[in-house]
Parts: sequence; structure tokens; C-alpha cells
Amino acid sequence: MRDTVMDMTPAEVATRIPLLEARGLSFDAGGTRLIHDLSLSIPEGRRLLIMGANGAGKSLILRLLHGLLTPSAGQVLWQGQAPDEKARRAQAMVFQRPVMLRRSVLANLNFALSVHGVRGAERAAEAAHALELAGLSELARHPARVLSGGEQQRLALARALVCKPRLLFLDEPTSSLDPASTQRIEDLINAAHMRGVTIVMVTHDMGQARRMGDEVIFLHAGQVAECGPIDQVLGKPRSEAARAWTQGRLYTGTTF
Amino acid sequence: MFSFGDIMSEAFVLILNWDRNLSEIVGLSLYVTLSAVLLSCLIGLPLGAMVGAFRFPGRGVMTVILNALMGLPPVVVGLFVYLMLSASGPFGPLQLLYTPAAMIIAQTILVTPIVAALTKQVVEDLHGEYAEQFASMGLRPQERIAALLWDARYSLMTVALAGFGRAVAEVGAVLIVGGNINHVTRVMTTTIALETSKGNLELALALGVVLLVLAVLVNAVVMALRASAVRAAYA
Repeated sequence: MRDTVMDMTPAEVATRIPLLEARGLSFDAGGTRLIHDLSLSIPEGRRLLIMGANGAGKSLILRLLHGLLTPSAGQVLWQGQAPDEKARRAQAMVFQRPVMLRRSVLANLNFALSVHGVRGAERAAEAAHALELAGLSELARHPARVLSGGEQQRLALARALVCKPRLLFLDEPTSSLDPASTQRIEDLINAAHMRGVTIVMVTHDMGQARRMGDEVIFLHAGQVAECGPIDQVLGKPRSEAARAWTQGRLYTGTTF
Repeated sequence: MFSFGDIMSEAFVLILNWDRNLSEIVGLSLYVTLSAVLLSCLIGLPLGAMVGAFRFPGRGVMTVILNALMGLPPVVVGLFVYLMLSASGPFGPLQLLYTPAAMIIAQTILVTPIVAALTKQVVEDLHGEYAEQFASMGLRPQERIAALLWDARYSLMTVALAGFGRAVAEVGAVLIVGGNINHVTRVMTTTIALETSKGNLELALALGVVLLVLAVLVNAVVMALRASAVRAAYA
């Protein structure tokens, strides 16, 4: 039996080692423990949702998994190993408030492609294709910052996807959007998933969770209250925290 | 007693009868000032951007120093450059004292902290918006600096103008290291000082008016360039 990643073939790594793994992840700030001993593994191609009340630590976990924050304890592994620059560039994240560079829509895409070393005619073709998929071709020369909220979020998603990430983190990407804009964002995410992109998404929307997720982690006060398939966690919650959530009740307890 | 009106009218007559000597003084002023601003931007923009965007030990001290150096006394800088370039100084063999190059060096020392400190503030604010996105994209430090400077380019034009304002109005340092030698290192500000002390107020005033007009023109040109660049960026 070969135990280390170094001993395995790429095919074995793909089947046996999760794409991303968290082991005993904790995060402290201001003397308070905000995330408690979180462990999870995300196999390639999976759609994992993170749910929970405001302040439960959903966005924190996303940032810890993506490497934007350094955990106080525990570690994050990319295919069984500490993430390096290559691992970082195989991931992308779309924030709740999209960050638009002070450039045109097209230049925002070109920048992301340039960072990934895509240049010249290939870059132009990739950017044009991404604009078309996102329905932003008509706005290519507009300043990105004057787009509507929905258009900015689509651009942020297109910019994340244009570099062909293997793992996409989404932090409530539709939280402030109308149903039509939400639908377009979900279509783009689903299309990316169909192409094999692994999705880790934070959402408050139970309808969206049922449409978009395979599995869900339900957080309460920085701890995993419950996790499992979407239908099980949202349909027959075992924890009081998740049950209260699905019933629209406020849960302030400290146990699950 | 002189009449202010008479001096004003004579000053404008001198400007209208623009001569070669005046062209030489104005030309050298612009050459020295623009060269110093260019050098200051080459040093100050990346330096300010690095201090603005990165966290490193000593960053706070560096920020205080940069801010303090914005108020460098020109005569002290002139004296320092004089000592460095004088025959007994470490750079004496270069024989730069009393040349336009010495004046450019002195002005660069004066303007660089202004460019760096203002750039730091502009870039720090922009980096606050971009930091997580850049981290997510895995940008290398040099890619961050380049992207921040590019996206802040319109604000940085104003920073360069602030540097130009300091340089074009400077007299103490260039007088010490340039010597105000006719046809060699005589610029508008040193000529104004000299002619005023000689009582030749018409010429001093004429040069003062030219200096003001040039400062306004340079600002207008940069602002027009900025506006057209903003339009072109999204055309």
C-alpha cells in the first residue's frame, strides 16, 4: 500500500485525494475563537454549500480555505499537499461585493488572463468568449464600475472563470440581485460545474441551495452543526440550529 | 520711487519683445524642472506604491520619514548636494557642480519625497479595495505594484503636478548648486532673485509672469491629457 501522494500516479491522486481538505481548522481574532476545529474534504467536481446565520463564520471559512486568511490552528491541503502558487492559481473567488478594477469590462478580463500568462490572440479570443457567455459583449468597452450590480457580479464571475479554475469559491454571489440576475449567475455557475469546476458557495437562500448544491455544511457559531446531502440537511435536519433555520426561527443556543 | 503701473507695463513690453536670452532662461528652467520631475516619478512612484501596498517592518517609520521629507528646506538640500559635488566631496571627480545636472539632482531630492508620499496615500486607498481580489488571483508583488500604479494613473498625474509645482518654484537649492551662471545655469527663479536684488524690477516681474503662465499651462496640458486619457481608456 502506497501512502504518500508522491508515490501515487496522477490518476490515483485524482481518485483518492480530495481536491481540497481542511484539517482541524481554527481561527482566532481579538482573543475570540471564531472558527472551531473545522475538518472537511472536498472531492473534485463536487458542489459544496456553506450555510448558517449571519456571523456563523461562513465567509471566514471560505477565506481560510482559499488562503486569504491564515488559520490559527490546523491546515488546508490542496490535493494532499500544502498549497503553492500553482494551487492558488487553480482557484478563484467571487466576493459578495464584486471588486471591479478601474478599467473597462474587457480590460478586467484581459488583466486576469495576463496574470495567468495568456496573451496575444489567445487572450483576445478567451476574453471575447467569456464576455459572450456572460452576456456582456455589448458592454466590453464600458468602465466596469458603471455597470449595474448584476452586470458587475456577472463580470466578476466571468473574470474568475476565464482563467479556467478547478475550484471556484463564491461568497453569496446573488445576495443583492433580483431573480432574473440571480438566474443568469446560477446559469453561469452551473455551466462551469458541467465543465468540471468544483464549487464551494456560501448562500442564505434555501431555494438556491436546493438548486445548486450536492452537499451542505451548516454552521453555527463557528462550528459545524450539521453536514450532509442537501435534501437531508434541509429536509430532515438533525441539529436544532439547522432545524430552526429551515423553519425561519431565530436560534441563539450554544448547542446544536 | 517706482510706480507699480510703470513697472507692470514695462514688464509686459519685455515679454512682448521676447528675446533669445529670455528663451534660454525659460528653456533651461523647463529642462531642469521636467527632468527632475521625471526622475522623481521614476523613483517616487514605485517607492510610494510599495510603502502603500505592502506591510513590512519599518513601514511606519518609512511613512513618517517620507512625510517629513516633503517639507525639506531647499537650502539645506542645496548645501548637501553642494558638499557631495564639490571638489573635496565624494562625487567631486564627476565635476557636476554649477551645471544643470547638479540642479536636476537637487530638485530630484526635493521632489521625490513629495511624489512618494502622495503616491503612497493614493495607492494605499486603492489597495484597500483591491487587496483581497489580488490575493485571490495570486498576484506576485511586482504585478500588484504595476496594476495599482496603472489603475491609479489619473490620480498620479495630479501627484506629478504637485512635484512640478515644487520644482518649478524652487530657488534656494538651484542657486547654491547651480551658481546662477549666465547662459549656463540661470533659470527663471534665480534670475528673478538676482534682478530684484539689482533693482531691475521690470525684468524680474516679466519673468514672474512667464513663470506663472508656464505653471498654469503645464497644469492645463496635464489636465487635458488626463481627461482625454480617461475618455480613450473607455473608447
